[in-house]
Amino acid sequence: MSPGDAPFPPGEYPVVVVGSGPGGLQTSYSLLRLGIDHAVLSADARPGGMFQRFPLFERLISWTHAGADVPRGTREFELHDQNSLVAEEPELGALVAERIAEGHRRPSRDEMVAAVQAFAERAGLSVRFGCRWESTRLEDGGIVLVTSDGEYRCRAAVLAVGVTEPWVPPIPGLELEHHYVDVSSAPDRYRDRRVVIVGKRNSAFEVGEAISRQGLRELTLVSPRPPELGRLARSPLRPWYLTPYDEHVRGAPGRFVLNASVDRVERRNGGYVVHALDASRPERLLLEADDVIAATGFYAPLQDLPALGVATVREGRLPALTPFWESMTVPGVFFAGNISDGAPGLRKHGVASLSTMVAGFRYNARVLARRIAESLFGVELPRPLLRAHEVVPFLIHELNHAPELSFQKGYLARVLRPAGDGGALDEGILPLEVFVDAADDGVAATLEFDAEETIRPVVYVRRAGVLHEEALPAHPLRRYEGRVYDEALELMLRPLLG
Amino acid sequence: MAGSDSVERLAQLTLFSDLRWPELEVVAHTFDEEVFAAGQRVLRQGISGGAFYVILEGEAAVVIDGQDRARLGRGEFFGEISVLLGGVPIADVRAETLLRCLVLPGPQLEAFLLEHPTVMLRMLQSVARRLRDASRWS
Repeated sequence: MSPGDAPFPPGEYPVVVVGSGPGGLQTSYSLLRLGIDHAVLSADARPGGMFQRFPLFERLISWTHAGADVPRGTREFELHDQNSLVAEEPELGALVAERIAEGHRRPSRDEMVAAVQAFAERAGLSVRFGCRWESTRLEDGGIVLVTSDGEYRCRAAVLAVGVTEPWVPPIPGLELEHHYVDVSSAPDRYRDRRVVIVGKRNSAFEVGEAISRQGLRELTLVSPRPPELGRLARSPLRPWYLTPYDEHVRGAPGRFVLNASVDRVERRNGGYVVHALDASRPERLLLEADDVIAATGFYAPLQDLPALGVATVREGRLPALTPFWESMTVPGVFFAGNISDGAPGLRKHGVASLSTMVAGFRYNARVLARRIAESLFGVELPRPLLRAHEVVPFLIHELNHAPELSFQKGYLARVLRPAGDGGALDEGILPLEVFVDAADDGVAATLEFDAEETIRPVVYVRRAGVLHEEALPAHPLRRYEGRVYDEALELMLRPLLG
Repeated sequence: MAGSDSVERLAQLTLFSDLRWPELEVVAHTFDEEVFAAGQRVLRQGISGGAFYVILEGEAAVVIDGQDRARLGRGEFFGEISVLLGGVPIADVRAETLLRCLVLPGPQLEAFLLEHPTVMLRMLQSVARRLRDASRWS
């Protein structure tokens, strides 16, 4: 395609989406379904986003159970497949399940990229590739995105540019060149070498596990905090990466996982000495290494947005967002994909949203598109009426089968409003925080982890402005149905719905 | 992972003023940071699952049954009452400006205080001061 044929030439659009990974494409699909005209721009050459590069060694960390005994392309199948983008049309769903190799339950990067690409093709999504967003202006209540191809003016910009820029803490001697993103995948690169990895999160363990298969002489993971193994539901760590930890705990020679702060990294004799200090010991640990890897995290490439007033969190690495993923400080600037993690939600018992994963943010994108359509473009979406006898069965069904509630625990909820005669209007899936902090009467049903990490259905009812929260009983097989649940819901809803 | 800026910021807060590096860095890695827009609720009266917050920047109001009762600023903390006593918050805490807080999930507070007794002592002093002031007013 010559540049003249590329879609979305510079100009004015109601909405501009930046990014062609799963976040950008899910948003574009959802806007298209709502009839919101928009442009999609991407600096990349093809769809797929971060999965074209990451994870470096391993398969993804999220499940696709392709053999699940549920029709593909249904909402129910989404529970079995955390990685496919979601759509109304059955032929657009479960595209990762179609591609995952036999015998695997987590897709490879290539399978993921192929599925994202197939989604774009089958859904007829257009993207202007090779078009890089470079800077931004705020003008007359609109937003101007300055790109390598020219200027795009819009009412709302949705930035789905990922959280994959390498971030290195300001430790003297630890440089960007040491970052995880530049770790070589050559099979012999680390053979017989001593490697210190700074960090103890997923990327640290992933790379540690992968390179230790090459025949390392010594592997040391070091960072101040112990790995979060006690609370796996809250921890981003995946147990299948934990071989280095297992070997450390059992005393394998040359395998260490240390809780210590890194003071500095010194270059010595063509290698390194990592100076580490453990709060409980007086003397410094000197870790000699041939290679140092900084598995210290990532940031979102926000370009000049912080200078325009977009508030950030975690030392500028993420934008601070409203529950609808809009910049807290600059209206009209929205975020999708991985960056939607900038809105953690109510964080009850310390559990934040699952917006760092496709399984979470694919639903955020749908809610975001609806929010943009309704609040900025006056689109009125129907609120289906549930008659009195339908309300409780509907909520029970959602608590048992809604993938939005199951994956975005404590973040997304099914919301109903009273409609008279015991009936209710279905407001759809909304951020729970939006319901909790509003004033209107209604009911919100969600799933949450409690303080012990047990999954429980939780129902919030507001009547005459007073909010009441009730956690329903947990069930060992997560079957929230039968008399106990029916009666609890009826008791809660009767005063509200009549 | 937290950088040296966040460690320096912690060192300036009374609550953590007895800690030295590398303990401060452990604290920086234990707490997360969260930002709230002016008007947004941080803690919600009657809603379970709260956390412990320390204000890094901005101001917050303590609101009980719709009435403003107190203002909180940099270095002050909230959320500890419901976490330590195991109930639901007895007040709303609302951001009055853009509010930047350190946040520690409720289930982790007790272990954190036991690991850092000097922080517990500073916290106790602050709570005692609040109690004294409340007694004076009544």
